[in-house]
Order: sequence, then C-alpha cells, then structure tokens
Amino acid sequence: MKKNKLSLFSIPYVIWMALFVVAPIIMVVIYAFTAAPPDGGFTLDNFARMGSYAVVFARSFKLALIATLVCLLIGYPVAYFMAKEGPSFQRVAMMIIMLPMWMNFLLRTYSWMAILEKNGFLNQFFSAIGLFNLINSIFGTDITYFKMIGTSGAVVLGMVYNYLPFMILPIYSVIIKLDHSLLEAARDLGANSAAVFRRVIFPLSLPGILSGVTMVFVPSVSTFAISRMMGGGTQMMLGDLIELQFLGGAYNPYLGSAIALVMMIIVVICMYVMNRFGEGEEEAMLL
Amino acid sequence: MKKMTAFALATSLTLGLLLSGCAMDDPASSGSQSSNGGSGKREVNVCSWGEYIDEDLIGEFEEATGIKVNYTTAESNEALYAKLAGANYDVIVPSDYMISQLIEEDKLAELNYDNIPNFSKIDDRFKNLSYDPENKYTVPYTWGTLGIIYNSTMVDEPITSWDAMFDTKYAGNVLMINNSRDALGIALMDLGYSVNTDNKDELQQAYDLLSKAKFNGVYQGFVMDEVFQKMEQSNAAIAAYYAGDYLTMLENNPDLKYAVPEEGSNWFVDAMCVLKDSQHKEEAEEWINFMCSTDACLRNMDAIWYASPNTEALEKYPEYYEETYGEPLDPELYAIMAPDQSVLDNCEAYLVRPMETRNLYSDLWTQLGI
Repeated sequence: MKKNKLSLFSIPYVIWMALFVVAPIIMVVIYAFTAAPPDGGFTLDNFARMGSYAVVFARSFKLALIATLVCLLIGYPVAYFMAKEGPSFQRVAMMIIMLPMWMNFLLRTYSWMAILEKNGFLNQFFSAIGLFNLINSIFGTDITYFKMIGTSGAVVLGMVYNYLPFMILPIYSVIIKLDHSLLEAARDLGANSAAVFRRVIFPLSLPGILSGVTMVFVPSVSTFAISRMMGGGTQMMLGDLIELQFLGGAYNPYLGSAIALVMMIIVVICMYVMNRFGEGEEEAMLL
Repeated sequence: MKKMTAFALATSLTLGLLLSGCAMDDPASSGSQSSNGGSGKREVNVCSWGEYIDEDLIGEFEEATGIKVNYTTAESNEALYAKLAGANYDVIVPSDYMISQLIEEDKLAELNYDNIPNFSKIDDRFKNLSYDPENKYTVPYTWGTLGIIYNSTMVDEPITSWDAMFDTKYAGNVLMINNSRDALGIALMDLGYSVNTDNKDELQQAYDLLSKAKFNGVYQGFVMDEVFQKMEQSNAAIAAYYAGDYLTMLENNPDLKYAVPEEGSNWFVDAMCVLKDSQHKEEAEEWINFMCSTDACLRNMDAIWYASPNTEALEKYPEYYEETYGEPLDPELYAIMAPDQSVLDNCEAYLVRPMETRNLYSDLWTQLGI
C-alpha cells in the first residue's frame, strides 16, 4: 500500500525525467553515431576525430580539477567555522555566500573582466600604489601591468568564484548536523582538538565534501561562457568546443554530440571512482 | 487559511513565471499557433542582431499597423542558422553569404515587391547583388566594411595593412574577430588571396598565418561583442571589426581610428528576408516596407551607425545629424560609415562557398581554437 502511494507521487518527476533528461540523452547518442549530411547513416567517424581534441579534454579536466581543489581549500574552512558559530552569524554568513548568486552569472563574469583587464581596476590600483615601479626598480624589469585576463588562471578564478557556494553549502549542511555526543566522546577518550578534527569531524563530513566536489567539478568541466570571457577565446574548453559545433562558426551537431557523449562518460567514470573511494574511506573510518 | 493563501500565491507566482518564461523564450512558437491570416491578432516574428535597430521604431510600427512584433536577436550568422531549425521566425536579417546559403537550401520565400513600395528607395548599387542576382528574396537593411580599429596612442604609426593583425610587434595587444569567415578572410586578404577561394592550399596558408600568430601570443583574445569594452577602455591596441561598431566605440574613446587596409577588405550587406515556412508573410512584408522608409532608415542610421541602403536617407543623413545634434557631422566619419564606391570597389563581398569549403572552414576554425 505504502509503496503504491510513493510510486504515484513519483509520476510527475518520472515524466519530467523522461522528457527532459532521458530523451535528450538518447538524442545526443543518436546524433553522435550519425554522419553529417549529405552522407547520413550510422558512423563512428565522429569518435575517430576525438583524438585531435585531446588537448581540449586535457585542459578542461586540468582546469576543472584545479578549480575544484581551490574551492575545497577555501570552502571547507569557511563551512567549518560557519557551522561552529551562533545561529545569527550563520544566517548573515549564508546570506553573504548566496548574495552573488542572486545576480546573473554572466554579469558577474563581465565584472571580473573589467577588474582583470590590462587597464582594469586591479592593474590601475597596483599602478596607483606604485607596485609596478617598485618591482621594476628591484628586478630591473619594465612592466606596466600584470597579464591576468586571457590566462588559464583567470578561467580558474572565474570558475572558483561562480561555483564556490556549491562547495560550501553541502559541507556546511553536513557539519552542522554532526552528532555532538560523538565529539564529546572523542574528547572524553583523550583526543585533542586536532585529533578530533582529523579522526572524527573530517571523516564524518566526507559525504558533504563528495557532493561539493561533484557539484563544482561537473559544471566546471563543461563550462563554456566563463572560459570564453575570462580566457579571451584562447583557453578553449570542452563546453566551448561543443558550443562551437552547435552555435558557433563550425556547425556540426553530430561531432558536437559525440564530444558531449565522450565528456559525459568520462565525468561519470570520474564520479564513480570518487564515490567508491569515498565510501571505502567512510567505512574504514567508522570501523 | 493563511497557509492556503500563501500556497495559492506561490503556485500562481510559479505558474506565472513559468508561463511568461516560455513566452519570452520562444515568441515565435506561440505566434505560429494563434494567428493564421486574417483571423485573430496579427503579428510578425523578427530575428535580427543585437543593437541593430532604433527600438522606438518597433513600438511605432505596432501602433501604426496593429501588428505585434516579437523581436529577438541572434549573435552571428552561424548561430542564426542553427536557430532556424527550432524557431518559427518570419523576418531574418542575415548577411550576404548566409543569404545565398539559405537560397541554395530553398529556405527563403520569394517576396511580393508590390507590398514593399519603399523598395524603390533602395539605391541601385544594393540591388541584384551576387547573393540574390535577380533580387527575388531580399531587401537590404544595412551595409558597411570590415576594417582595422586601432588606438592611435598605442601604436607607433598609422595602421594601413592587415599585416598588423599578425605582427608580433603588437603581441598581446591584438583582438582577432571570433568567427571563422571573417578571421580566415582577414588572413586570406593579407596573403593577397580572394576571400572566396576554394583552394585548399590557400586556406591552409591562411590558417597557418593565424595559427602562428596565435602561437606567438599576438592575440589578446578572439572576441565578438567584448571588443567594445576592450577597445573603449584601451585594453587592446588593434582589433578587426565592422565600421558601424567603430563609430559606436569612438563615442567613448576619441583615440580610436579606423582603416580599410590597402589590401582591400570585405564589404557586406545585411538584408531582410522572409522564411519560406512563415505564417505571417503579409505582416512580414509590411515590416520590411516600414523599415525601408526614409524616416526609419535615418533613425536607424543614427541609432546604430550602420549605413542604410536607402538613397534619400544616405543623402539626408548629414543634414539630419546637424538638426538633431546641433553640430555638423564630421565628413571623415561619414566616409567611414558610408564609404564611396571607390572604397567598395577595392573590397570583396563574401559569397557562399560549396559544402566542401564550408566544412574545411569549420575544421580549420575548430583546429585554431584548440
């Protein structure tokens, strides 16, 4: 009886999934195995060409990995200390973290462009405080600006800025729910605070870390607007490559679908490996 | 009770958002269902480029004719082409080479020029052009040249050649245009080849030129609309872009100069066409006719700085400018906006290339991006 009710309630989502998740994926798969007109028909050519895009695959995964790591390094301490503060502090902190997300991410990224440009706010600020003169006098160089926009560092910055909340929130929500009796027990058994963190809090917050990593890594790998705007079109990532096949100068949705499919498969494998690794850790810790 | 009200409010809000969201995203599809011919409300779905119309004109057209205009924009000819499959536009404003491709694929409707009396005001120079030799499908909207925009304070001498786009002297200060036809076209012109070549060798050389310059760090970026911010704020010294947009940038940065390089350049026409499967052909023709009127052309020229093909508007614009702004229009600027025939003679229009060449363009362009 109870089971039946549940499945009834799940119907809207099942329909949603079928229409907007399963059907598009099937279309991507069909396109990926179809030759571009006028030939048409089944082909593996789209995948045979994948080798020439290895550089883009490598760059995407590298930058996404770096961005995820940076997010974790910044996000974990923030989430940890936020969870330890009082409720009013938490409310304000949560607000501040969410605030930028109320604005469209394209606008936010455009602002970053203005900040990082050659004559942008940062370079003007450095120049005003005489930083370049100082550097030039010490090292005998002749620089008038730092090259920031158009580098892979700028792309990583753009991703970290946009996806950081997705790292903080899951970690925070796991830490806030930690059972305090476990921490007390650890202290009673003689663990100092470093040991409590290392042996109890950190292992128990792994589920939050895992979902945070997933929520940052996956959109980072497939990002396209950020890399084009911050990278000045010189740091092409998988998302850009795919977009180029659908909306850009190279119209080839068949190749685009093949690239998207390969990317999805690699991401799924990454997630699977990570989750397995995570589960193992968790169990080992609990034992 | 209170909860119920809140729930109802939330539901209606969400629904409203969803509905309006759908309507905003796809005006074309909603249009196709509601009206067909005389019954119901009259409307027309227009897809053009961003910042490419005096927006007041849309309201005035609606008021004058009672036809509702659903105005949307696309980013590039290629993006527009990709969008055609899903949306249901009536009027589009593609560039010359895309028009020939659409005609070739039988996607455009033949126009009934009796419904477009203002077509007679279009200068003969812009009729029967190579993309539509018998002028059955199109009415020109704007025209202009591609050229080099440079910041005179950031270069040593006036730029006169496409060489500057590949010169390591300006490494890190050059902005290449981010679409395959223009970027490879610029390299072809610099090498002295035709922009309409199908010769694989020549295209390969053009690719090599771009790729070498990219490898040597000449390009600060490959940009489209980002070019405005970067040139206006002197973040880059040299960019290849369109004359009309140069004039917009000049309003914000007086150091900028524009040159049509000595090797010649591309001159383009963007023209209004009606799609073959349009449900609102009459309304579409009314829209086209309205946009060709001298008044609309003058105001468009003033708003977007692209030259109109309307003879009267071309003649009257300097006068119109003086009346509107109380100062004469700099003839040099007007020559950039609407260059003499002698300049156009040195320029080449893009023609549609056969499928094989188009695929080569796509491959080379993707390769360059990597």
